[in-house]
Amino acid sequence: MSCGGMWCRGELCRVGLRVKLPCLLGSWFMVLICCFQVNTLSKQLSSEFTDIMNEIWANEAVKSAVLISSKPGSFIAGADLDMIEACKTSQEVAQLSQEGQKMLEKIEQSPKPVVAAISGSCLGGGLELAIACHYRIATKEKKTVLATPEVLLGLLPGAGGTQRLPKMVGLPAAFDIMLTGRNIRADRAKKMGLVDQLVDPLGPGVKSPEARTIEYLEEVAIDFARGLANRTVSAKRSKGLMQKLTDYAMAVPFVRQQVYKTVENKVRKQTKGLYPAPLKIIETVKAGLDQGHDAGYLAESQNFGQLAVTKESKALLGLYRGQVYCKKNKFGTPQQEVKTLAVLGAGLMGAGIAQVSVDKGLKTILKDTAQQGLDRGQQQVFKGLNSKVKKKSLTSFERDSILSNLTGQLDYKGFEKADMVIEAVFEDINIKHKVLKEVEAVIPAHCVFASNTSALPISQIAAVSKRPEKVIGMHYFSPVDRMQLLEIITTDKTSQDTAASAVAVGLKQGKIVIVVKDGPGFYTTRCLGPMLAEVVRVLQEGTDPKKIDAISTAFGFPVGAATLIDEVGVDVATHVAEDLGKAFGERFGGGSIELFKLMVEKGFLGRKAGKGFYIYQEGVKNRSVNSGMDEILARFKLPAKPEVCTDEDIQMRLVTRFVNEAAMCLQEGILSSPVEGDIGAVFGLGFPPCLGGPFRYVDSYGAKQLVDKLRKYEAVYGSQFTPCQLLLDYANNPSKKFHQ
Amino acid sequence: YSSGVLPTLLLTYVPKENNFPSFLVYTESQNYLAVQPKSKKTLTKSGVKNIVVVEGVRIPFLQSGTSYADLMPHDLARAALQGLLNRTSVPREVVDYIVYGTVIQEVKTSNVAREAALGAGFSDKTPAHTVTMACISSNQAMTTGVGMIAAGQCDVVVAGGVELMSDVPIRHSRKMRKTMLTLNRAKTLGQKLSLLSKIRPDYFAPELPAVAEFSTSETMGHSADRLAAAFAVSRLEQDEYALRSHTLAKKAQDGGLLLDVVPFKVPGKDTVTKDNGIRPSSMEQMGKLKPAFVKPYGTVTAANSSFLTDGASAVLLMSEEKALAMGYKPKAYLRDFVYVSQDPKDQLLLGPTYATPKVLEKAGLTMADIDVFEFHEAFAGQILANLKAMDSDWFAQNYMGRKSKVGAPPLEKFNTWGGSLSLGHPFAATGCRLVMTTAHSLKKEGGQYGLVAACAAGGQVRHSLLLSLSARVP
Repeated sequence: MSCGGMWCRGELCRVGLRVKLPCLLGSWFMVLICCFQVNTLSKQLSSEFTDIMNEIWANEAVKSAVLISSKPGSFIAGADLDMIEACKTSQEVAQLSQEGQKMLEKIEQSPKPVVAAISGSCLGGGLELAIACHYRIATKEKKTVLATPEVLLGLLPGAGGTQRLPKMVGLPAAFDIMLTGRNIRADRAKKMGLVDQLVDPLGPGVKSPEARTIEYLEEVAIDFARGLANRTVSAKRSKGLMQKLTDYAMAVPFVRQQVYKTVENKVRKQTKGLYPAPLKIIETVKAGLDQGHDAGYLAESQNFGQLAVTKESKALLGLYRGQVYCKKNKFGTPQQEVKTLAVLGAGLMGAGIAQVSVDKGLKTILKDTAQQGLDRGQQQVFKGLNSKVKKKSLTSFERDSILSNLTGQLDYKGFEKADMVIEAVFEDINIKHKVLKEVEAVIPAHCVFASNTSALPISQIAAVSKRPEKVIGMHYFSPVDRMQLLEIITTDKTSQDTAASAVAVGLKQGKIVIVVKDGPGFYTTRCLGPMLAEVVRVLQEGTDPKKIDAISTAFGFPVGAATLIDEVGVDVATHVAEDLGKAFGERFGGGSIELFKLMVEKGFLGRKAGKGFYIYQEGVKNRSVNSGMDEILARFKLPAKPEVCTDEDIQMRLVTRFVNEAAMCLQEGILSSPVEGDIGAVFGLGFPPCLGGPFRYVDSYGAKQLVDKLRKYEAVYGSQFTPCQLLLDYANNPSKKFHQ
Repeated sequence: YSSGVLPTLLLTYVPKENNFPSFLVYTESQNYLAVQPKSKKTLTKSGVKNIVVVEGVRIPFLQSGTSYADLMPHDLARAALQGLLNRTSVPREVVDYIVYGTVIQEVKTSNVAREAALGAGFSDKTPAHTVTMACISSNQAMTTGVGMIAAGQCDVVVAGGVELMSDVPIRHSRKMRKTMLTLNRAKTLGQKLSLLSKIRPDYFAPELPAVAEFSTSETMGHSADRLAAAFAVSRLEQDEYALRSHTLAKKAQDGGLLLDVVPFKVPGKDTVTKDNGIRPSSMEQMGKLKPAFVKPYGTVTAANSSFLTDGASAVLLMSEEKALAMGYKPKAYLRDFVYVSQDPKDQLLLGPTYATPKVLEKAGLTMADIDVFEFHEAFAGQILANLKAMDSDWFAQNYMGRKSKVGAPPLEKFNTWGGSLSLGHPFAATGCRLVMTTAHSLKKEGGQYGLVAACAAGGQVRHSLLLSLSARVP
């Protein structure tokens, strides 16, 4: 029923838009098709688009229009961020928002139906454009996702999204979409009423599957565009009973107020008031629903403008750009692609690494020394994949075929075909040396040996290698399947190709990769060291674990500092603290390491042992403080220094030591750029995202102010707080910023 | 209903006098000279026995829920086997082996081959087994027989297939089954009561046979719709093709060409003498139907898909030697076959495209040598997509690893007596029908080579593979 591809007027080409005018032979019925050739909404695109919309209304022969993208993989992936960043004032941004609102309102009020044909990312402004259309058709491909990720950038949907979404999907669902910014797959979007029709992706035909799928989407969209104009298709959705009931309830002002209140409380609890965007979103939606159309749109543009100039937004935007930066392989394409991976040690880390590898299609050997450990590891991989089956993001068949990539074994069979070996055995240099030698006896010449360690220097591990150029560090974070960061460590001897290979594998595993130089604790562990030492000192000074957690989460850390130690494992923390203490001396002092040692002795190893600072019980949500710690804390008690023990001082003591150490890593060349430092701290260690990472924090807080703080604490505690030279340099020159 | 399986059978007509008939008539006379030397070539392989189809029959294929509704699968199979015995008068002790195909298995007669053979008057000394391979189950039964004869294990094999879609096994839920099985082991009344007390309303929800491909969770019809879209096959083309199938089937039925049909006296009902799914309609009527799978804009409808069918078929296979010794005039030689398999998601129904060139190359023939093409018609869209795929250089180069396309079979030689769309498609019984139609058609048209192809998907057991098989008779 498609029009058969008769283009009666050829194509009008512009920079960002291509317009095709198809017509049906023998009639003057036309559907105008606008193809986006870029994937962001820029000023230029907007003006071209407005011109074309005007043409649509002016041309009698055109009865309806289809919007589609000719850019593979995306419909419109959002507004042009440069355009927003280029604005100097909130008024300027608000102005942009208003222009967007006007353009989309024009589409919404168009007497001729406009159909959005969506394949690939439909994000932010793209989604707002789609919901301003009269009908939406989306392909059911995995790459087709709809979302309003503005909140993740500290913004709000600023082109009518806050006003249209609640009307479209109901208030609760709209809040969910806008406040979480999460990705919605096409089938889910259909259920929510966000799209009207789905198109299944096609297999190979007489064209490539991708090309034909887009063409088919266009054909289907043209059919519907024609149907809408003919009135043989209705754009009205039949709402389900649940939605009808919800809509009915939301029409009652009292109920609505309750919803606002509940959502607001939840947001305040989760953001600790550190992120302004979610609250502004609620406020904007409220304005529209309670005070009407004009007030709603005005609030949206004003709030959008205000948010765009906040430091939180700038921090989040910086992280976004940093992420993009860390998703590229700076070392180029490796000579030999890694197809077979071997992981040594089926513990939590080893199995986690295996899981994120097999599901990307890497043939993976998981080797352990004991059947029991291997079984546990294989079960972990199965469980990880099976949870996706339960969430329906994977079918059981896909799970099984992914698992067929995994071979569990106790010997070195098949290692002669491995392209890379990642060892995740116990953190003991002797054991690491032993496996390195064993592995080098069986692997082929090109095979990379990567060590997953959180603190042992890679050069020390590589010391016994016959081919140190092939040895590299790959520091994963636990739990591997959820933590996005991978810290890759190169030694002086590591070859470029080895680094390229490791980064390629990391990116394939879906990781955000930072590459740092070798040294005790590398970058991430090293930054964490002084902070944790300070946590111990604060504990010794009589602040209880719950309080420390509250203070650190209030600053923006996603996990409280005491809980973090429990999660890491007290034994691991002790180990690392000792190693780093030996390497860096007094600077890593502060709290007493003996406190940790006593905890280990008592079996308070943290979450994995069920006891640490807290008691962990299966199924119990509100964990209680471990009373067994009272005695230990009492034994190591230190007198508190009231002049540096306010909540804010405690926060700053933790953070300044972290930031100072990060700066020192940059100063020493462990880090190659502040961007990687920020990304590593936020994605690996949970540094408050609203601050954008230690370096952005120095920029926004002011290097001078930070140095002043350090000096203040230095006066009380000594050299642990001595600011590094790099920070002093920045403090002395106010125009110097880590991020321009 | 079929998953990724497709067989191609290459058949050749057996002339009366000798292997190289002088009366070879090609419809395309311009091909005659070019082709003749090649056609003279015997496809006999040295050291391998010639295997022949002596005869084949089927009971009429009926839409499910009609006259066969109250029977069991082995009843239908029995009728086909009896029909074969009657038609051939083969002494029962001569039959060395029986192989039957079935897709949706009746749990009471899991080896339906044996149950049917016993009831049909075959010797109880003749072993029988059942095979399954989705819609090409009886192709699998036939090639199993071919293998047995070629290996010298048997001289006479009966192969066939049966499907009864009027009744399918519907099970208790897994929870309920578990409770019932545990109940068997409960010893005391207390234990039994405590087990029974655990039963909840959701335990009673029945479990239907899966209609979706196990590996992809996609139904066959949905897959066919996507396939049609991938090859840009329009609704109009599909309806036209379906109408052609019904029209040709009607003509063949009225003309008495469907020689393999044997009447079946259904207990308690009248004798069934002909297929009841052939209904040539009009384009207008067909155009009114709504899409059945991809709603509301898809192109596959009830009218351009094969319908749920009950039926059974059987063929008598022998080594050529044996057949001649017994005084039979074989209807066809089974020459070559090949099974192929593809991606079960996007190429589920594209088997014939892959299998056809393969079997031709194996036999040293080209498309032009083939006089009769019998392809299984699961969906009109699927057939048309296969024809387009075979006619596409792009597809051949990018997906089949070939330099150029094979070319589509000419429609005047293609399913000229109707197909599964019109005659019906009792999954496992279709393969034998395709072979017998080819044999009869070769004889009528005076052709030499015939090619059978089918794509298959599983009923309940879905293999993620596509196959095709082919055989030929000189």
